[in-house]
Amino acid sequence: MELIQILLEPFGYEFMRMALLTAVTVGIVASTLSVIVVLRGWSLLGDAISHSVLPGLAAAAALNLPLTLGGAVAGITASLLVGIVESKTRVRNDTAIGIVLTGTFALGLVIISKFRPAVDIFHILFGNVLAVSYEDFLTTVLLSAAVIAFFAALLKEIVAYTFDPIFAYVVGLPSSTLHLVLMLMISLAVIAALQTVGIILIIALLITPGAAGQLVAKNLRQMFLISIAVGVTSAIVGLYLSFYFAVSSGGTIALTATALFFAISIVRKMTFSGRRAPQAFR
Amino acid sequence: MLTEGLRAENLTVVYERVVALEDVSFSVSHGSMTAVVGPNGAGKSSLLKAAVGLVKPFRGRVTVLGDTVEKARGRIAYVPQREDVYWDYPLTVWDVVAMGRFKAVGYLKTVGKNDEKVLKALERTGLTSLMDRKISELSGGQQQRVFLARAIAQEAELYLLDEPLKGIDAESEDKLLILLHELKQEGKTIVMSTHDLSSTFELFENILLLRNRVVAFGPPEKVLTSENLSAAYGSDRVAMHFADVRRVAGWS
Ligand SMILES: Nc1ncnc2c1ncn2[C@@H]1O[C@H](COP(=O)(O)OP(=O)(O)O)[C@@H](O)[C@H]1O
Ligand SMILES: [Mg+2]
Repeated sequence: MELIQILLEPFGYEFMRMALLTAVTVGIVASTLSVIVVLRGWSLLGDAISHSVLPGLAAAAALNLPLTLGGAVAGITASLLVGIVESKTRVRNDTAIGIVLTGTFALGLVIISKFRPAVDIFHILFGNVLAVSYEDFLTTVLLSAAVIAFFAALLKEIVAYTFDPIFAYVVGLPSSTLHLVLMLMISLAVIAALQTVGIILIIALLITPGAAGQLVAKNLRQMFLISIAVGVTSAIVGLYLSFYFAVSSGGTIALTATALFFAISIVRKMTFSGRRAPQAFR
Repeated sequence: MLTEGLRAENLTVVYERVVALEDVSFSVSHGSMTAVVGPNGAGKSSLLKAAVGLVKPFRGRVTVLGDTVEKARGRIAYVPQREDVYWDYPLTVWDVVAMGRFKAVGYLKTVGKNDEKVLKALERTGLTSLMDRKISELSGGQQQRVFLARAIAQEAELYLLDEPLKGIDAESEDKLLILLHELKQEGKTIVMSTHDLSSTFELFENILLLRNRVVAFGPPEKVLTSENLSAAYGSDRVAMHFADVRRVAGWS
């Protein structure tokens, strides 16, 4: 088969066209947030938020409410809960996150097993690109567009707040609102990823692209560009792999992101040591 | 006319079971330079944080530039302790200094690459040639100057600096203190904390010697006595240091 045929073949199918657009959208939004998640050291927090979206989705499904609403409320609640557990019990931050993560995820499983809503738990957790409907597609794009728009509009405030929270507070930026908005954005990105990578593997796109960007970026703009490039590439390549090998799209997308990270770190190592070597002889 | 820079009255700060500050009272005039001196855990950071409203007094109150902390907030610049910022951010010197203008510029607008106040702050602090460098690649002294430049770009009245001398060499320390002194001459109030007794204290009007309570407050030559220092630091090590301090300052 010719290369061009290999590349075009999947998109003869309506569901694949939809899946591609959805996956790329998710890739963009998650890898944008990824920059802040990685720089601020919120990887575990992102993990907790993504897990905690489950009970919200389950409850919303059981009550016939919009899934997005349930997921968003649950995600924000979890991020607040982490803060409360941390400050009221004075356990370490990672411990607080572990407690909230497992607690909320368990609650989600209990709700699902009790009410047996018409959602497939495996698909929620790991995505099922075959099932992307036009409505899902629309939800993903609208949520992502909203997140990106807010993120771009508040970029300088978000950077100032996450880089130096005390400064942000002292100059009078609305720190706690910014924090909530960021948590809301992460929750919405998780929900947007529901169909393609699922709420668990979205963590790969919330962490890995930013980490790859951090390896090589000389400034913040570069870090965003590299991160988004990695996110989008992972979505596209992952989708092809999923199509041709008939395996889970969530799995292939996350794996591609991981592979890109290692590839970039190896390339960097090689160019870096190449540049350093002559200096050693000076 | 504004005469008061910073005042604390019976300020008590408590974290759960730890009393960080107890009954701290002092007042410094506007346009003066003060060093808050004390060992680790003496409550220096807590005092500076109370002055911006980051920690709430358990008892007593703080007045800033003759106003409540809330009202004065925009007129205060805070140079954080090293540990309080996230150094992984690939921000350039210009990026950080430009933050000082965020509030003035407002939402949905960016700070222009040629923003005069940013460029001037860079020039004053000798950072113009370094403005495209990543802050994580600078020396400790240069990093402190970046944060001071941000404060200058912010055009604040009161400058609070938490341990700016920590981990920087003597030359950088001199540069920083000279800059602070210049700002003072322009009528700004400077309050800086340090745990290091080898700092140069002659430039300061007042020293607040702290060990969770006020050990002593007043001009350096009155405050930096061996009794006061051992009350604050509680060791003979201090007595040694102290001889140096007085000698360097020319008080003995
Ligand atoms: N957020 C906090 N929670 C609990 N205890 C704290 C907190 N911040 C500071 N402390 C305690 O308060 C005391 C004073 O701390 P701090 O103001 O940081 O002193 P310094 O800056 O002089 O080292 C110390 O005993 C410290 O452990
Ligand atoms: Mg401190």
